Amino acid sequence: MRGIRGLAVVAAAGLLAAGSTVAQQPLRIGFVYVSPVGDAGWTYQHDLARRDLEKALGGKVTTKYVENVPEGADAERVIRELAATGHQLVFTTSFGYMNPTIKVAKAFPKVNFEHATGYKRDKNVGTYNARFYEGRYLTGIVAGRMTKSNVAGYVAAFPIPEVLQGINAFTRGMRSVNPKAEVRVIWVNSWYDPGREREAAMTLISQGADVVTQHTDSTAPVQAAQEKGVYAIGYHSDMSKYGPKAHLTASTHIWSGHYQKVAQDVLAGKYQPSNVWGGIKDGMVKLAPFNPAVPKDVQDQVAKAEADIVAGKLHPFGGPVKDQAGKERVPAGKNMPDDQLAVMDYYVEGVVGQLPKK
Amino acid sequence: MTDLLVAIIVATLAAGTPLVFAALGELVAEKSGVLNLGVEGMMLVGAIAAFAATAASGSAWAGVLAGMGAGAAMALVFAVLALTLQANQVAAGLALSIFGVGLSAFAGKPYESVALQAPQTFLLPVLSDIPVLGPMLFSHQPLVYVSWAVFGLVAWFLYRTRQGLVLRAVGEAPASATAIGYPVIAIRYAATLFGGAMAGVGGAFLSVVYTPMWVENMTAGRGWIALALVVFATWRPARVLVGAYLFGGVTITQFFAQGAGTAIPSQLLSSLPYLATILVLVLISRNPNTIRLNAPVSLGKSYHPDG
Repeated sequence: MRGIRGLAVVAAAGLLAAGSTVAQQPLRIGFVYVSPVGDAGWTYQHDLARRDLEKALGGKVTTKYVENVPEGADAERVIRELAATGHQLVFTTSFGYMNPTIKVAKAFPKVNFEHATGYKRDKNVGTYNARFYEGRYLTGIVAGRMTKSNVAGYVAAFPIPEVLQGINAFTRGMRSVNPKAEVRVIWVNSWYDPGREREAAMTLISQGADVVTQHTDSTAPVQAAQEKGVYAIGYHSDMSKYGPKAHLTASTHIWSGHYQKVAQDVLAGKYQPSNVWGGIKDGMVKLAPFNPAVPKDVQDQVAKAEADIVAGKLHPFGGPVKDQAGKERVPAGKNMPDDQLAVMDYYVEGVVGQLPKK
Repeated sequence: MTDLLVAIIVATLAAGTPLVFAALGELVAEKSGVLNLGVEGMMLVGAIAAFAATAASGSAWAGVLAGMGAGAAMALVFAVLALTLQANQVAAGLALSIFGVGLSAFAGKPYESVALQAPQTFLLPVLSDIPVLGPMLFSHQPLVYVSWAVFGLVAWFLYRTRQGLVLRAVGEAPASATAIGYPVIAIRYAATLFGGAMAGVGGAFLSVVYTPMWVENMTAGRGWIALALVVFATWRPARVLVGAYLFGGVTITQFFAQGAGTAIPSQLLSSLPYLATILVLVLISRNPNTIRLNAPVSLGKSYHPDG
């Protein structure tokens, strides 16, 4: 009896499914990655979300990714090929894919595109990005509580607004619990060069930093911290495997929610391109599990700040925000608006050294 | 102040070591008249071979040997193409570099998530107890001392032994060397394989000792810098050593300057190692006679004993 009813339910569901979707084929989704997937880092996080998407939507979608695609002419060729081979949704996951994405999108008006971290949109091109600085602020609190020397070291790639938001939010988080703290920055002028990242981290450690964090792609700074017996805070991914003693936590990117929402919208035929800039509240930024070395009260303090950010009671750039020169950038009682965040080109109070002038 | 100086020198010597290995190896190959542009590829293949061997055996020395072997194997491919089959050396070398990048990435896939422990530094007994100089010069990773030994051997071999003289003769005038009865191709094979082995050790130093991990393209252009060092050092081992440490030293010093908070643009600071190294080497080697005397005349030219 039971078995028969079960069968009937399955049959009914099948009929329903057949009725509601025009195409019987699963939705084909393409991903373009700027580097190899690897085991940690920017692209790895996108690929995690891709695998989650396949699991969550089961037979309704199939995905394909192309990794290690240089930003430029090659990118256009790859994106065009994905669009031409029946992919109805293409995620292009690096800033430098912006112009190729827009160009290909014009040629394939029926295909939808989602471009990460860009600012150009079109009828079938949406953009998405995460408020990485919220996670940075929280890791700054961890650093501020765990440091003994009151100096944190920051290995940074290029002085663009996104990186400066991270440095400044980290510094503000750190000083919110430890007003004496200072942050030293070394620019390696590369997103990815393990040797130089290590050299920069080692230099910062020998200049007194006992917490090292990074805005670069390799795990070298975490390994350097592990070797020298100081703390590290990872970025992009949980890097604890590379420094079991050193790695306190990491600010990580979670794209799963966004990818599933977009895929479902496209499946339902109601996709509208938009500009998504999600933070902790939207589940796009998340801290990696804490190292056992982080005491309970520090973890609680971070959890409290996290809840306040989600509730909108705390903004990493809530006024007063003063830059290094003492100039007030945001008055007390106000939060920094998004358009000001997007063009940040200064250090806040507490960062040592001058940012090179343009 | 001395602490800072010691920290800078120690970091400099470590940063320069992969360049010392790769550039000395290339110098020997070029002295025999073989221009192998595949250093970057040989370093990468050496790096992944060393990493895999260390991960499997737990011994960094096994890794170094594997890196050496893999670098030499890559050089053998080049030697067959360029020396036996008489292919254009520039084209074959470039192909080797590109091939090495791809091969190492492919072979390295399973090792991306593996983490290794960095080997301990080795304090030379007695010497490391000397104040200041001890921690500065005699408390390094063992491979740093090995690179000094390789430097000594290369310099001694090239300029103080009969075999070294023969090798240089082969690089100057292969036809004359053949006429006197020397096996030009065999000597060039040996020099090329030595160059590959040393590039492999340079790569092994990076993946096993310096940043104990494997990541695609982890040499980040150091092979090309080693090639440039050889030319700017006018094929003299001592100048190669100076150039490699100068490059490492300026890299490290500019990081210290940044960490201390100077107002010089970091982009300019990042370019300093390249500028300073080229400038200094060009200045010390500016005498046209030294260049003419030291540049191997038949460098990069195919040669076959039968004409």
